[in-house]
Parts: sequence; structure tokens; C-alpha cells
Amino acid sequence: MADRSLRQARQLVAPRPPALDGGAAGRADLPYSVRVDQVVQIFERNGPPVLDRIDLDVGPGEFVCLLGASGCGKSTLLSLIAGLNAPTSGSIDVTVGRPALMFQEPALLPWLTAAGNVELALKARRVARAERRAEAERLLGLVNLAGQGRKRVHELSGGMRQRVALARALAQDSQLLLMDEPFAALDAITRDALHEELARLWSEQGLSIVFVTHNVREAVRLGQRVVLMSSRPGRIVREWDIELSQPRAIESPGVSALATEITHHLRAEISRHAR
Amino acid sequence: MPGEALVPGENVGTTLDEGRAAGDSRAFGAGLDALDAPPALPPRPGPWTVFVRSVLPPIVAFAAFIGVWQLAYQVGLKPKYVLPSPLDVYDLLVQMIADGRAWDAIVTSVSRGAIGFLASLVIGTLLGLLMWRSRWVRRAIGPFVSGLMSLPSVAWVPAAIIWFQLTDAAIYSVVLLGAVPSIANGLLAGFDQVPPLLQKVGRVLGLGPIGRIRHVLLPAALPGYLAGLKQGWAFAWRSLMAAELITYAPKLGIGLGQQLNIGRELSQMDLVITSILLILVVGVAIELLVFAPLERRVLRTRGLAPAPAGT
Repeated sequence: MADRSLRQARQLVAPRPPALDGGAAGRADLPYSVRVDQVVQIFERNGPPVLDRIDLDVGPGEFVCLLGASGCGKSTLLSLIAGLNAPTSGSIDVTVGRPALMFQEPALLPWLTAAGNVELALKARRVARAERRAEAERLLGLVNLAGQGRKRVHELSGGMRQRVALARALAQDSQLLLMDEPFAALDAITRDALHEELARLWSEQGLSIVFVTHNVREAVRLGQRVVLMSSRPGRIVREWDIELSQPRAIESPGVSALATEITHHLRAEISRHAR
Repeated sequence: MPGEALVPGENVGTTLDEGRAAGDSRAFGAGLDALDAPPALPPRPGPWTVFVRSVLPPIVAFAAFIGVWQLAYQVGLKPKYVLPSPLDVYDLLVQMIADGRAWDAIVTSVSRGAIGFLASLVIGTLLGLLMWRSRWVRRAIGPFVSGLMSLPSVAWVPAAIIWFQLTDAAIYSVVLLGAVPSIANGLLAGFDQVPPLLQKVGRVLGLGPIGRIRHVLLPAALPGYLAGLKQGWAFAWRSLMAAELITYAPKLGIGLGQQLNIGRELSQMDLVITSILLILVVGVAIELLVFAPLERRVLRTRGLAPAPAGT
């Protein structure tokens, strides 16, 4: 029974040699999809670091959940990996090309149909016009929205919108999917359904996923590895490898047990900020 | 199973096998979609409903207005040359349509309005873009552009006449000063209202700068821009009438504003009222035929359709 076989691993990852640089070509055999190396992020001059010496490797096909309270810089770390900002110091090495990124809001373009939103991502990749339509329909099928492509964004429920956003992220054809609390604004039942979709897609598509959340159960439900971050400054405190078999149910005893343990550490971490 | 009852009550119920038969997740998802999908926008109402809700009430109000006017005429509230009867005005209107005066005036004014508006469209859009791209330009001239919007453009007419004499240039300059600020500010408001998240999406998808402008920024700014255009047209039309009313010269032809001025000079009240009526009808017709359908279409595709009138 895998339920209790949680192994607490790597209390702070040991310092690594500097990240390799160079083009993405011929790097498929590297042991990571992204390597974050001693990354520090400071927003205000002489201010406190938002991220403090972060080291993180995400292996090819690995599902990592970044967990932490508000202000731990987990979203900041994600936009650094996405290349939207540059770190103050340290390096980030993404080996698989441009990562796809999903937000808490679906962020669909409301003047386009569901299929139009997916097709825009294909267009940005310069997929030929003739292929876009069929490819968008295929991707919408992957998130169980086959035949719904002609609907406008406002005709879709919150869960359906977030699945269109997922299909759009998949349309970027990246091996690395970054997700910034993508289900936090959904109700619990819809979230549960989307957990199933995401777990299925992850196992089918062989993606590396970095999933940011403040929901401990969600992290344990989905991830192969849960990385707990502290707040102000954001540091990696602890990691857990999760060896529960997939598919998991969020209410299963194994998930509950590990979530309880991680919550204990999260609360302790937050309590340090009490005065 | 040792060590699982860490929290009372957490442990009851399901393992995966009990709670979730394989294959029911698809049915679960489909059921959720069916329950959660927001209701479609209400279907477009039928022609009869539209007539009763939107067409009939203004007709009734208009008929009542005519009735009060007729009553005032019949009790002799004012002498006949000051207050003609509705029928006098109607007769003159029919006559002006028959002899082509009405049509000529409409064509003269509308073509001027259209040219002036199109010029304003180009200049206002360029100005809006410039103010959006350059923070410095915006800080420097933004207050003046906004200030111009509250300055009645009729105030420019004397200056325009002195600069350009009684020419089309004088009229167009007044129209431009009336319409350009609205259009520039509308475009600016449209850009300002683009959610930062959508701009981020453009970058995440890997669109280049041109692609981001074309596929994200411009469509996102469209509702604000359209509102600016609509207001720009209203300002252009008002400015045009103010200019036509004051500038009268044979080579300028007779537009609706000049028509109105002729009525004043001849103390011919039925011509004054007829001209006002025509100005009103043309302004409203262009709003209804050009801008309202555009705006409705843009809003409807975004699920922002305005509620039908009267609901």
C-alpha cells in the first residue's frame, strides 16, 4: 500500500554547478526541463528579496507543485520561468523552448470563440491556416469540449473557460506547462473535475508541469513532488516526493494523511510571521 | 491501514475504487458542463415585440406632442407667424421634398459631415495613438484635448471665419476641432481599459509586437474606440450645424444650417421648424443606421449586449 510511503526528501537542495547555457537544440537528453539556479528576485532597490536563493529542478515529465502562503513569491517564480521577467540574480535554464502558462483567470480573448482562442496560439506558432481548425478541434476534444468550439467565451461556464485556457496552453505545444493557481477561482466540484482532466492529460501527454497553489490537498492530489515555500523572503523550506498511485481522489485517505502533515509544516511556517 | 486517522472524520468514505468507478469521470464532467453553462443571451425578440416595446412608445409621445402643439395653435397662444400649425410645417416639408430643396440641403450637409468626420477619424486616431505611445505627449496635451471636448465648438466659428474667410475650410476646421478630441480620447480610453492580463497572454503565446497589437490590443480597445467614434460623430454634426448657421456665402451652397438661417432672416417660422426637424432626423438616422448596429455587434460578440429597450 503506497498510502503512507511518503518519503521526505532533500531539505534544501545542495548547491549545484552553474547552469549550462547555449541553445535548446540537442538538449532533449538533459535531466531537467527547467533548472532554477540560485535565483534571487528583489523588486524594490535595497528592499527585502521576494525570492531568496531558489534552487529547483523539474525533470522531463515531472509534475511539481509549488506550495506556499501569500507572499512566498511562488507566482513571481513562475513568471520568471515563463520569461515574463528577469531575475535580479541567478539563472533560469529552460531546455524545452517557450513554456506555456495558465493563470488563475482563464484570460480568454472575449471577442473570439473558444476555437478562435486556441487557434490564436496555433497562429503564434505559425501553424498553417488550413491545419489550425482541425488542430484546435482536436485540442478542444482533449479537454472534453469537442463540438463546443463555436461558442463565445461568455456562453461557457467557469470550468469550461478554464479548460479552453488549458487547450490554448496545450496549443503552444510546449513540453513545460506552468500553472498559476489555475483552479483557485472555481467551486470545489468543478475543481475536482478539472483535477481529473489535468491528471489524465499529464499522464497522456508526458508534460512537465509546475503547478502553483496554496491548496495543500490540491498539491498532494496532483503532484509527484510538493515543494513548500516560506514567505518573505520566499525560500524553499522542504520537499515531499509523493508516491501515491495515480489516479488519486482528493478525498482518499492517502491524500488526506499527507495533506495533514504538509499543512502542519505550512502552518508552522506561517506562524513564524506572528509578532 | 495504520496511521490514517490523523484527523477525525477525514478518513470516512471513499477510496478511489469505491467512490469513482473508472469511466464515470467523463460523465461527471459532462454533467457539470450541462449544469454550469450560463444561460444563452435572450433570443432576439420578434418584430411585433420590437414594435410594441421600442417603436410604439415614441410614436405615442410624438403624437401627444403634435396634439399639444395643435391645441396651442388653435387657442391662438401666439400669432400665426410665430407659431405655425403642425400642418403648415408638414405642407412646407412636403413642398421642400417635392422641389428638391430638402434633398439638396441634406446632401450638402451630410457630405460635409462625412468628409469632416472621416478627416477627424484619421487625425483623432493618429493623435490618440501618439498620446498612448508617448507618456510625455499625453501629459503635455492630454488636458487640452479633454478641455477642448467641453468647449462648445461654435466658439471657434468667428475665429475660423477670420482665418479662412467664408470657405469650406472654415467649416471643416470647426468640425475637426469638435470631433477630433472625442475620437482621440475614445481610443485612449479603449487602450487604457485593456486588461493587463490579456496583454500578458499575448506575450505568453509568443506573439510579436505587431501580432500583439493586431490580435490583442486593437480588438480589446474596440468598444471604447467605437464609443469615441459615436460621440465624435455627434460632435461633428453639431459643430457642422453651428458653422453652417453662421457662414453663409453663395459658393458654400445651402446646407441644413444655412437653410435654418434663411428661415430666421425671413422670419419664416415654418422653415425654421422644418430645418430643425431635418437636422434632428439626419443626426438620429446616421446614429441608428451606422453606429448603433456596429456597437451592438461588437458588444454582443463579447456577451455585453445592452438590454433591449423597455425591459
